[in-house]
Amino acid sequence: MATQETTRVTASGLARSRARAATRGGPQKQGTFTPYLFMLPYMILFGIFVAAPTISAFWISLHNWDYLLPGKPFTGLDNYIDLFSGSGSAGLFWKSMWATAQFTIYSVPPLVIFPLLVAVVLHQKFPGRNFFRAVYFAPYVLGVAVVGILWRYLLDPTVGVINYYLGLIGLPSDIPWTNGLPWAWIGLVGMTVWWTAGFNAVIYLAGLQGIPRDLYEAARVDGASRWQQFRHVTLPGLRPVTLFVVTVTILASANVFGQPYLVTGQSGAPGNATRTAIMYITGEGLGRFRMGSASAMSILLASILAIIGAFNFRLLGRRND
Amino acid sequence: MSGDRARRRGLTRRDFLVAGGGATAGLILASCGSGPEGNPAVSGSTSGGTGAKYEGPNVSLAFWNGFTGGDGPFMKDLVTQFNSETDNIEVKMSVQEWADYYVKVPQAVASGSGPDVGIMHINQLATNAARTVILPLDDVAQTLELQEDDFAPIVWNGGTYNGQRYGIPLDTHPLGFYYNKKVMEQGGLDPESPPATGDDYLAALEDLKSKGIEGHWVSPFLFLGGLQWQSLLWQNGGELYNSEGTAATFNSEQGVAAMTWLVDLVKNGYSPANVGQDADTIAFQNDKNAFNWNGIWMINAFKEIKSLDWGVTQIPQIGSEKAAWASSHNFVIMNKEGQDPNKIDASKVFIKWVIDHSVDWAKAGQVPADNSVRTSQEFTALEEQSAFAEQLPYVHFPPPIPGIGDIDVILETAVSEAVLLKKEPADALNDAASTADETLQENAEKYGTG
Repeated sequence: MATQETTRVTASGLARSRARAATRGGPQKQGTFTPYLFMLPYMILFGIFVAAPTISAFWISLHNWDYLLPGKPFTGLDNYIDLFSGSGSAGLFWKSMWATAQFTIYSVPPLVIFPLLVAVVLHQKFPGRNFFRAVYFAPYVLGVAVVGILWRYLLDPTVGVINYYLGLIGLPSDIPWTNGLPWAWIGLVGMTVWWTAGFNAVIYLAGLQGIPRDLYEAARVDGASRWQQFRHVTLPGLRPVTLFVVTVTILASANVFGQPYLVTGQSGAPGNATRTAIMYITGEGLGRFRMGSASAMSILLASILAIIGAFNFRLLGRRND
Repeated sequence: MSGDRARRRGLTRRDFLVAGGGATAGLILASCGSGPEGNPAVSGSTSGGTGAKYEGPNVSLAFWNGFTGGDGPFMKDLVTQFNSETDNIEVKMSVQEWADYYVKVPQAVASGSGPDVGIMHINQLATNAARTVILPLDDVAQTLELQEDDFAPIVWNGGTYNGQRYGIPLDTHPLGFYYNKKVMEQGGLDPESPPATGDDYLAALEDLKSKGIEGHWVSPFLFLGGLQWQSLLWQNGGELYNSEGTAATFNSEQGVAAMTWLVDLVKNGYSPANVGQDADTIAFQNDKNAFNWNGIWMINAFKEIKSLDWGVTQIPQIGSEKAAWASSHNFVIMNKEGQDPNKIDASKVFIKWVIDHSVDWAKAGQVPADNSVRTSQEFTALEEQSAFAEQLPYVHFPPPIPGIGDIDVILETAVSEAVLLKKEPADALNDAASTADETLQENAEKYGTG
């Protein structure tokens, strides 16, 4: 609604200025390359940092590639076929993909819903509002290393603070937060929500501030309750923002690396249950220097994420007005 | 915190960015850097200087290592002293996390901007030799007049790959048996006579248990559970791999017995279940854990805790023979393309000097590799380090097979599954062995060693 209005305004403004330009006989024609020249600076960065590495990764994925060994035999699609061959290492890769999927499934709903509630509360006017906005955003400025070490000591099953306090209030004090299931997932998702919820909340807050006040007034005049206002004004008004938040959160969760690496260890305790795809790919490429197969895995993971992203856009980007 | 501990637990922000930026980031570097071609044994020139003296023009050497913990300042002091005693060589030391270091050094060397001289763990030598990151040093050993007699044989022989020497051993850092005297007293044990045999050990744990103390916390991680298991496997007469390094043998009867012994500590209530990373050591420092088989690098960390009353001795003999896990820091010279021969000569002088002064390095919590240093009065005065040194005749290293470090994470998975009681010891080890076999064969094919 708001966006449509903006579009209309811009379109009519553009028409007016074109008309003006035409009547004055000004420079109404633009060169064929003008739009491309405007895009050039970004395209250069995109080319160097996205397109070229992607192409190079695909090329590497067709080889048995260790950059230090003189022989880098071309193996065609073998690296991809191996991932579906049912061999032991392929099994470990898919296990790590499943760990990533689990983390994404468990972490995205709380990371989408909880920050929305926080944003709605922080959008109200009350004393100390800016203080609380800062409080919720504060953890996000910490690096993953800080957050990881901090939570490892909080979550430690035997000497950790959380179990200690659980014990004091009479709850079980031996919960394996870092090396038992499902506890490890709960710990990892919990620390991630604590760490990154503030970022999503800020995005929502910006979205809330973009919803025109008169829509709420009109709804109130029509006798809408607060819930109905939330349901029929706030949520539709946040649709584009929500699409962004969901997409970015899925990608961030699917790329999870630092939290399990630091909290459940580099093999992903218990066993390798919490070793995620990025952890496995890192080990394959930068630990074992098997960059061909690591590239094949990266490209597979990226393709799956692209499909999920496209699906996500279709689902949430669809307009029903 | 020593380098080894740092290697496993440390993760710098940059480390995360490199890794988290996706494999692509690494791959750009990979595709840009062109590795040194050809056989390093032929292309690398390490001739010239005697190692006793360097008389060429002034040179500056880049010296990289991973001594990020309490050991860093000791090495820094050695370098400072060397620089002040040597007019025409200036060594610039730079330190980073070991995990980072082993990723970065090959890339830096390949691009020609890497270090001139560095430190590598003994289990990394074969990999880096096969990947042409480091130069063979047989002539260095000759010109430095270093030979087997000067060193503990196990350490000296561990520095070779394919019949050539790639590392000049600086030290050995074995696992030892730390005991908390205060906790032993609480358990009614004599704090001056820690158990030395399997029977005594279990009897002591039983005494501690009767006083409500869990006496040996078993870590489900490679550090330390995995190192304790490997020590026990060797004590039972087992081996990790076959002699060619193409198949895992750690799931043998001896390996399973070793793992079962550790798992039984958990099952019998001598250890809590689900011990967290480092929690065994933290509990030891907090007087909750009596016995901790930990590395020599903990000496200075434990000394810093004034309230901690502890001792250290050899790992008790649980199996049929004595054995203990150990690793070793080795000097290496990097295989940089077009390297200035003067720098190689200067590197030799520096290496020789540090090894001659390695008693100062021992104070950081190490056993010097050099015999004359190790038998010196100055070293034998270091009570704890000397206790570790007595294990030297029977310490074990991983075999010199390229890519052998790849197996660590597989071993850790097995230790985790067994100690956390997710799988029976035999099942956990059999599963790990079949994964390890695949990896070993892939590596044999890749490095042409099969």
